[in-house]
Amino acid sequence: MASTETGTGAEAAGTTDDPADGPAADAATGAPAAESALAGEAPAGKAPATTKPDGAQPDRSGGDLAGLEAGLDALDTKVSDRQPWLRALTAKAVPPLVAVALVLGLWQLAYHFELKDHYLLPSPVDVARSLQDKWLEGTLLDYVWTSVSRGALGFLASVAIGTPLGLLVARVKPVRAAIGPILSGLQSLPSVAWVPAAIIWFGLSDATIYAVVLLGAVPSIANGLVAGVDQISPLYLRAGRTIGARGLTGVRHILLPAALPGYLAGLKQGWAFSWRSLMAAELIVNAADLGTGLGQLLEQGRELQDMSWVLSAILLILIVGIGIELLIFAPLERRVLRSRGLLVKS
Amino acid sequence: MTTTTLSKPGSRPSAPADAGGAAAPYAARIDHVSKSFGRPGAQQHVLDDISIDVAPGEFVCLLGASGCGKSTLLNLVAGLDGPSAGRIETPGGRPALMFQEHALFPWLTAGRNIELALRLRGVPRAERRGEAERLLELVRLKGAYGKRVHELSGGMRQRVAMARALAQDSQLLLMDEPFAALDAITRDVLHDELTRIWRDANGSASGSGGLSVLFVTHNVREAVRLAERVVLLSSRPGRIAREWTVDIPHPRRIEDAAVADLSVEITEQLRGEIRRHGQH
Ligand SMILES: Nc1ncnc2c1ncn2[C@@H]1O[C@H](COP(=O)(O)OP(=O)(O)O)[C@@H](O)[C@H]1O
Ligand SMILES: [Mg+2]
Repeated sequence: MASTETGTGAEAAGTTDDPADGPAADAATGAPAAESALAGEAPAGKAPATTKPDGAQPDRSGGDLAGLEAGLDALDTKVSDRQPWLRALTAKAVPPLVAVALVLGLWQLAYHFELKDHYLLPSPVDVARSLQDKWLEGTLLDYVWTSVSRGALGFLASVAIGTPLGLLVARVKPVRAAIGPILSGLQSLPSVAWVPAAIIWFGLSDATIYAVVLLGAVPSIANGLVAGVDQISPLYLRAGRTIGARGLTGVRHILLPAALPGYLAGLKQGWAFSWRSLMAAELIVNAADLGTGLGQLLEQGRELQDMSWVLSAILLILIVGIGIELLIFAPLERRVLRSRGLLVKS
Repeated sequence: MTTTTLSKPGSRPSAPADAGGAAAPYAARIDHVSKSFGRPGAQQHVLDDISIDVAPGEFVCLLGASGCGKSTLLNLVAGLDGPSAGRIETPGGRPALMFQEHALFPWLTAGRNIELALRLRGVPRAERRGEAERLLELVRLKGAYGKRVHELSGGMRQRVAMARALAQDSQLLLMDEPFAALDAITRDVLHDELTRIWRDANGSASGSGGLSVLFVTHNVREAVRLAERVVLLSSRPGRIAREWTVDIPHPRRIEDAAVADLSVEITEQLRGEIRRHGQH
């Protein structure tokens, strides 16, 4: 009997801090000393400690309370200091540049000692010259633009399809049960696998290219949104409902913004998948009237057995992929995370 | 009149049909409300036959040990969930609700959080900014309009949350342990703020329809410090164990002798309620 009672007593102390600890003090913070210090200060509110002594009243209404509050706020506010951007930039940019220089050095060494015949392994300078030739011919930017515009268009179409799809999967239980697993399964299917099917359906056309891009990117975007919605704290949804955000209003004002970090991660991955799928499609879907993108450029280099050409095309594909990630998605993501206080400085 | 009944859980018209008519004698009526969770057969009775009327302009504290169903009851009043039996009426429309966590949206600034509530209430765009500034001033956070949530201290966040709740312009404010996570000094200051805001809203000078507060806490002193009426809930199932009318005049302080005396009495009763659960 006695043991059960002590047991519940302890439990009560753990769960109901104040009542169990009695009226002696505010148990939660163990700050009775602080509170009585405050008490000692409060009646002396007539003292000229605050700007507007409202001293006639015994409570701390008016200026005294405002002053106390302002003090608390000042003491407890975080100071956010930002690094100067130039220093931040150099700190970020130098290591990858060093790594690139190292790779180029090793490559040059391999060329120098003729690890492979020169026509199989050209030097970095050869590749640069090949790029320069195309630049001088005035065609280089056309190739890049052809691919980038296809990639961007395919990506935007994927966003337009993937977003409502992701919302449906995230919020409608039967839809989730039906196509949720398929959607995540699709993500692991390399989109090159779609190329033969797309060619049979659409022939050697732009439609084939876009079909492959969509099939590659839509699942990642939808899945990113689903993950983003799943991670929303239920608290926000409840708070949203109490202030009247229900139905589509709730989706617009609460659900989508709350899911934004996950959604952005999905978009970023969606872009990577778009770009990859596009290159796979362009490599295979090669027709004179289609316009030459980077994938087609790469394929032409292979047909000519021109290794410098091939390597320069690979380099361009890499640069575009990394460039868009660095110029668009990384800053966007950083901005969103920072504004929510989710970005911890390393 | 807004009602939540068994047949229509969770859904309630936002505009009361008889608004502007004869004032209802209560801001909230909790009428023989019970609530169970779980499937039939394996049910957990959380609330059992609770009846509370909150008068217009009244400040009521619901007191009880953790897990006794205080949050459940508040969710029912807020219309976030429906009762298993009984009915809840809030004639003033949808009540405002404040949580222990500030529940401010981190993708918006403090000011925009308030403006969102204003917007969803139907306040025209042109008036929102000014109204948000006014509400921030009311909780003495004049300069916080453009601040992000993570840039504010715990006490400031709860004050912004209070401003957002007040932005709903509801006549009933539900508060679920809103200050439980704050340190004692900050909490004490916020008690003063809440009391001031509540009294001002019900003062003769204010043109609004008054403000009733249903405040949930497990802190006896907090309840006595704030409320006009303290309702003690027992646990498992939650029933009304006892009620006290607190007629200690304002301004009250948490260390006032009168507050302490009543707190001792209520604490004794609460301990008795808790102890009962260890005896079988
Ligand atoms: N959605 C739910 N489903 C099942 N049980 C619940 C749910 N919400 C609350 N409960 C149960 O109801 C009891 C009361 O919870 P709550 O209202 O949060 O207590 P309090 O706020 O007083 O601490 C708890 O035992 C809890 O486990
Ligand atoms: Mg609770």
